[in-house]
Amino acid sequence: MSAKRLFIGAVAAAGVGLGAAAANANETIKIAYQEPLSGPFANIGTAGLSDFLFVAADINKRGGILGHDIEIVQFDNKLSGQEAIIQLQRAIDQGIRFLLQGQSSGIALALGDAITKNNARNPDNRILHLNYAAVAPALTNEKCSFWHFRFDANVDMKMAALTNYMKTQSDISKVYLINQNYSFGQAVEAAAKKMVPANMPNATIVGAELHPLARIQDFAPYVQKIKASGADTVITGNWGNDLTLLIKAANDAGLDVKWFTYYAGASGTPTAIGKAGVGKVFMITEWHQNVLESAELEEFVNRYEAEYGDEFLFYRSKNTLEMLKLAIEAAGSTDPVKVAFAFEGMKYESELGTVEMRAEDHQLFQKLYVSKWSDNVKYSQEVEGLGFETQGVIESADTRIGTVCKMERPS
Amino acid sequence: MELVVFSLLNGIVFGLLLFMMSAGLTLIFSMMGVLNFAHASFYMLGAYFAFQISQAVGFWPALVLAPLVVGVAGGLVERYGLRRVHKHGHVPELLFTFGLAFLIQEFVVLGWGRVGVPYRVPEILNFPLFTLFGTNFPAYRAFMVLISIGMFVALFAILTRTRVGLIVQASLTHPHIAATLGHNVPRVFMYVFAGGTALAGLAGVIGGNAFVTNPSMAALLGTIVFVVVIVGGLGSLTGAFIAAMVIGIVQTFSVALDVSVGSFFGLLGLDLSSNSIFYEYWTLTLTDIAPVTPYLLLVLILIFRPMGLMGKRET
Repeated sequence: MSAKRLFIGAVAAAGVGLGAAAANANETIKIAYQEPLSGPFANIGTAGLSDFLFVAADINKRGGILGHDIEIVQFDNKLSGQEAIIQLQRAIDQGIRFLLQGQSSGIALALGDAITKNNARNPDNRILHLNYAAVAPALTNEKCSFWHFRFDANVDMKMAALTNYMKTQSDISKVYLINQNYSFGQAVEAAAKKMVPANMPNATIVGAELHPLARIQDFAPYVQKIKASGADTVITGNWGNDLTLLIKAANDAGLDVKWFTYYAGASGTPTAIGKAGVGKVFMITEWHQNVLESAELEEFVNRYEAEYGDEFLFYRSKNTLEMLKLAIEAAGSTDPVKVAFAFEGMKYESELGTVEMRAEDHQLFQKLYVSKWSDNVKYSQEVEGLGFETQGVIESADTRIGTVCKMERPS
Repeated sequence: MELVVFSLLNGIVFGLLLFMMSAGLTLIFSMMGVLNFAHASFYMLGAYFAFQISQAVGFWPALVLAPLVVGVAGGLVERYGLRRVHKHGHVPELLFTFGLAFLIQEFVVLGWGRVGVPYRVPEILNFPLFTLFGTNFPAYRAFMVLISIGMFVALFAILTRTRVGLIVQASLTHPHIAATLGHNVPRVFMYVFAGGTALAGLAGVIGGNAFVTNPSMAALLGTIVFVVVIVGGLGSLTGAFIAAMVIGIVQTFSVALDVSVGSFFGLLGLDLSSNSIFYEYWTLTLTDIAPVTPYLLLVLILIFRPMGLMGKRET
């Protein structure tokens, strides 16, 4: 009995040895993609997944990374912090070294803690967090970590850009803030309370509201409050249903205000904005459908849309994987520590200009666009003939703001 | 003043929508003795069917056809699913409806995708009915009010004034005696289930385009209709009506009012400044707790009046 077991063990060990040898030759580089792939937020989770799959396929077509193909492995965290930790462990157990995650700053913060602990305790099984969407400032400030890299502009950078654009609009004087009551929404409110008075001397904040995340069916009472405050402009970080329903209720009530948003371009919201919102809804992003500066990028997006029959949502998915490719090539290995050091201070020529990963806090700096919902566009979004049109471009250098990050680096 | 009038109007609209969903549920609840977890899923099906039908033949036929289709689906679920599970007792029934909710959810995702569908208010009703204090009141909201009040009156009349209603009431309260008198009680149950789900479907038809039609719409309203049913009292339409209106109005008013919990104590002469104990709780405004007020009501009712506002027996 025990001899037999020993024999099986020996065979298994030999198998592992062979596997390890094969890894050097033609094994894929596995990258975990962890987002809500079921439940109410699955629409955005699956949209991000197809974006990354497409970008990865594009890189593989060009020969992959150091001759290895990228393989995206999907994990469903159901937008729950607990589930996220379990799925992180599964990814680590499979020997995956890179994690793509970004939907919900709450989850990103929870994962950040877990990754810091894991990487300190298990030096042979470290993992890097490539965050392409969670924008709570804390992630690159008080809670910054050597293992975390952010490829989207954070709340404060976007708010600075938005308020600098808003001050050029003479008809903005009374601003109302409405946000979701969790880390991201609170960060948007805090940023607006700081930057509206600082950057827009002619404007005042006439009201601020935090409402529960994904709980409100009828926003009519909130719209009534905005109306009663006399506001002419609303700033909101709301996304998903919370933005769709808010704008729908405002259109129904005939509320005539300008909307400054972070995520009006995502699934379902453009439909709700419709014709009534033309010229009234603004958005701050790193890219949108009608950024036509690069024919190469335009062709890439069209190819995506032809293949998936859906709109390309996350341009930053492209920067994220292209920069990972460069970092692995510069490090000459997939060792997370070497790759992380290669990322620090890296400059990359994207289709839209140079982007830079700041070494100090691992925040990427890139161009930002303020755009307006318009009927004068080349590419429509959800509604025929309507889409976002660029109103202002904020150069990468102008988005730089300070950080309080004190990072511990492995020696 | 302005805020009060509009909060009242919005509260009534939301309350009536809640009532439409819970009217069917309360009948089914008193019949089976367990909550139908899939009830809100039939609301979602109503919205999706209405979207599909209105694409082909317009909104008005959809208003009639979609609830009928949902009702037939509900009837089939009762006849070939629930009735078989029924003999094993309450827990399997509960689990059955729980599983059914997931199945319907996935069915909707497979059929129409994870992103919402552009189900819109018909053009003929898409105008402001009146403008009060500079705010529009959409005609569609008035239409929702009409439909739900009409449904309440019709349902009440059928249950209390017709022979069919008598048999239904008898089967709900005394199934064995009704069966002994020669009525086919299982068939009555099937009709009640079909009717109840059709009402949820109707709520979906008129709620889906007023709000959103996407795979998470069932989850948004799912739990709150249980609160309406329990607060209103088992099997009581009037109770469900009152509970739905109270919850609708309380919820919209608590959003509108910026009063903190601590200020109530302030009225009593207690000083709750930033260094007092539980400071975070005292500074919560009514707006912050608006979404939990229905559940607070649920807990209070269960403690002080377990049979609900108008119920005759304990739940």
